[in-house]
Amino acid sequence: MASVGKIARRTFLIGTAAIAGGVAVGYYYYRKPFPNPLEGDLAKGEVTFNPYVKIGADNTITIVAPRAEMGQGISTTLAAMVAEELDVGLDQIKVEHGPASYAYFNAAILEEGGPFAFFDESMTAEIVRAGMGVVGKFLALQGTGGSTSTLDGFGKMRQAGAATRKMLIAAAAQKLGIAAADLETANGSILHKASGKSLTYGAVAATAAAMAPPAEIRLKDKADWKLLGKPQKRVDMLAKVTGAPIFGIDVTLPEMLYGTVKMSPRFWAKPVKADVSNAEKMPGVIKIVPIDTNYGHGFGIIAENTWAAFKAAEAIDAEWADPEYPPDSAGISELLKQALGTKGSVMRDDGDVDTAFADAPREKIVEADYAVPYLAHATMEPMNATARLKDGVLDIWCGNQAPTLVRQLCANAVGIEQDKVSVHTTFMGGGFGRRIEVDFALCATLMAKETAGRPIKVIWTREEDMRHDAYRPASVGKFQARLGDDGMPVAIGMAIASPSPIASTLRRLFPSISPLGPDKSIVDGAYDQPYTIPNYRVSGIAAPASIPVGFWRSVGCSINGFFHEGFMDEIAVAGKTDPVELRKTLMAAYPAAVKVVEKVAEMAKWGEALPAGKAKGMAFTLSFGSWVGEIVQVADTPSGIRIEKVWIAADVGTALDPGIIEAQLISAAIYGLSAAMGQEITFADGMVEQSNFHDYDAMRIFQCPAFEVAILENFHKMGGVGEVGTPPAAPALANAIFALTGKRIRTLPLSKEVTFA
Amino acid sequence: MRLTVDGQAFDFDADPEMPLLWALRDLMGKTGPKFGCGIAACGACTVHVDGQPVRSCSLPVGEVTGAVTTIEGIGTEGRLHPVQQAWLEEQVAQCGYCQAGQIMSAVALLDEVAEPTDADIDDAMGGNLCRCGTYPKIRAAIRRAVVLKTAGI
Repeated sequence: MASVGKIARRTFLIGTAAIAGGVAVGYYYYRKPFPNPLEGDLAKGEVTFNPYVKIGADNTITIVAPRAEMGQGISTTLAAMVAEELDVGLDQIKVEHGPASYAYFNAAILEEGGPFAFFDESMTAEIVRAGMGVVGKFLALQGTGGSTSTLDGFGKMRQAGAATRKMLIAAAAQKLGIAAADLETANGSILHKASGKSLTYGAVAATAAAMAPPAEIRLKDKADWKLLGKPQKRVDMLAKVTGAPIFGIDVTLPEMLYGTVKMSPRFWAKPVKADVSNAEKMPGVIKIVPIDTNYGHGFGIIAENTWAAFKAAEAIDAEWADPEYPPDSAGISELLKQALGTKGSVMRDDGDVDTAFADAPREKIVEADYAVPYLAHATMEPMNATARLKDGVLDIWCGNQAPTLVRQLCANAVGIEQDKVSVHTTFMGGGFGRRIEVDFALCATLMAKETAGRPIKVIWTREEDMRHDAYRPASVGKFQARLGDDGMPVAIGMAIASPSPIASTLRRLFPSISPLGPDKSIVDGAYDQPYTIPNYRVSGIAAPASIPVGFWRSVGCSINGFFHEGFMDEIAVAGKTDPVELRKTLMAAYPAAVKVVEKVAEMAKWGEALPAGKAKGMAFTLSFGSWVGEIVQVADTPSGIRIEKVWIAADVGTALDPGIIEAQLISAAIYGLSAAMGQEITFADGMVEQSNFHDYDAMRIFQCPAFEVAILENFHKMGGVGEVGTPPAAPALANAIFALTGKRIRTLPLSKEVTFA
Repeated sequence: MRLTVDGQAFDFDADPEMPLLWALRDLMGKTGPKFGCGIAACGACTVHVDGQPVRSCSLPVGEVTGAVTTIEGIGTEGRLHPVQQAWLEEQVAQCGYCQAGQIMSAVALLDEVAEPTDADIDDAMGGNLCRCGTYPKIRAAIRRAVVLKTAGI
């Protein structure tokens, strides 16, 4: 079956990136596809061994974790990969994000597809024909996304640690006149047990770094891990409980100016009439400048402080051109529904669906229409960036998920070469896919052209942030099943229509490149699920609504997890099958999935009678290589439905940090539940109607359920972690509400139909 | 204008309508309190004025007469406040952006109620939004802070 082949291919690709213990030749280390970016910026007495390790003569050990730390704990886990093989404790090292460099390309994003399906083979082939220059830049993207960071780092960062250790031992052997085989390492030192002699890494670092890297590297067996596989104290925790200035919004530089932006509330629209004179005269305002980027048009306000800039932005009197898309939510919905009636790209087609439905008796057919709205990311830290353009050199400070994209597009924006741009990536007050965009950096860069070399920190208001996002797309789906005599589905047809995140992203980042081929993110989470149904078709249709859409924690899987798993629950009910049993039967060919379903059912005591006024619902989604089942228990209370408890079982293959993984699974479930309960972005007059947390809120502490999490390692390949808890959350909740109330809600948010306590 | 912030006196010129948050961040270099919404809806900017928790994004600086305490004034890396210590031990933070506000709300809660119930915690912390969903750990950390405070840590 084609679909099984696709799943197998995905897992195979994961496998090639995840090198198991034992002997492994340092493939990445040897190919050295890019120069080591640390070489140009070393402290006195400091040397570098590869793009991940710097060691000072004073034994200061710095590990570079070149992925965006947006809360998912990646800086800790990536550092632990290097530290594990280098034989140092996490309390002995400094962890830095490091510079923007193609040396930090994310191979796993390319291999897995991740959110960047435009890297698929047909697309890549097309770009290669168009010119290698483009493909080189694309393929070396230093991106954080698609729950790929651990997978990408697992081989090369352990190799980097192991190679460094081997070189340090070789240098120590030379210095002590003792055979390398007789030396051991521990806690950043090299020891000779027989003589009691020891040297710190720092004492031999300079000699070691000048040596040739080893030809072969032996990585530790999993059984010998000291750090990996065990919960670690996060390296960023102390800074985060003391209010340290670690975020983009905290950047403070000498002579710094402040600013904000007022961009067109209608996407892509230019101002047809604008009067900035009153705003420009306000106290503390220095200058107001036009901003034109591929993201849209508007104004940048340069001021002496943030408040003055905010006030002036409000005072700009502008009229904006008409929108190029239907101006209100009803019109946009209509566009999506029309698209659903057109022929899409078939992404899964097992058996013969048309024939299976042709002679189906009416009573054996289950049909349903589903819909989800646009969603904003609403990171806690509003978009911001600080830029300084002085003497032809650009420095940008910001939290971002793609430093090399920031460097490339900001260099283009001011017409300088990329080697004149330094991107200083800070910690992020939330990312969730929003900071893979570069609009905040572009705005600050263009404004820095107007400040005579002074740095400027440009902070968006929450309203500007809410109304200028790359939204999770709205989507609609039509679902049909034919049940057999045993109540199990013999045929399923799914058609899903939504705007294409890939096409929309290309318009913003690389408008000269046309998207080619189907966008699989439209059907992610629907076409690639481990169900075996004899006739099974999933097609996706790109709807032509040009509201900017992009990558939002699990993207397509957050949409299709709800569609697919809500519909599976309907099939179970119609066929009088228990939802857990239905999944165990249909997933029998995938033992990892069955074990997850069994585990979560056992934890939640599924099947045991509940008191009146309480009910449970379950859902399962395989996403980003991890298999996740969730069960939600709800209760009817006088003030509305209360989510009491959530059980999560997740098979991640190899659990590198169980503490961080558990935190991520809970976090992602809350993110999904928040959206399902009450979030939607709607449109009127071509503008987003929501503006702040009063009308686009998220779960609060008094609504937060208790969680119980089990992390499984049955599957033989490692999966992602940051997003995988989100997709099953909404359908498990909706299915629980059905079990509680008998009301089948097929359109999110659920607050349109029920009240939450 | 003159304000006492974290025990230190600051003299500055500002539009009295400027929210305390921006006076702290832009004029006094106190970046611990965070900007999240500007309408007192998320709590990221929470500081204390004379010990009472306030949303500094919506309080005009001209109306502030009492002493201001920010996250930077309750403890240091070497000598953490018991609430910060509890946050560290429970490994609460993910992105960490809301946590300065969460901690300031929790400190104010424990100053008022030594042993808060679950309902007290929900009431006191309901105005502090966390998009990473660290609420279960916030609850655990507040309970741990009660123990640490009682033990005099």
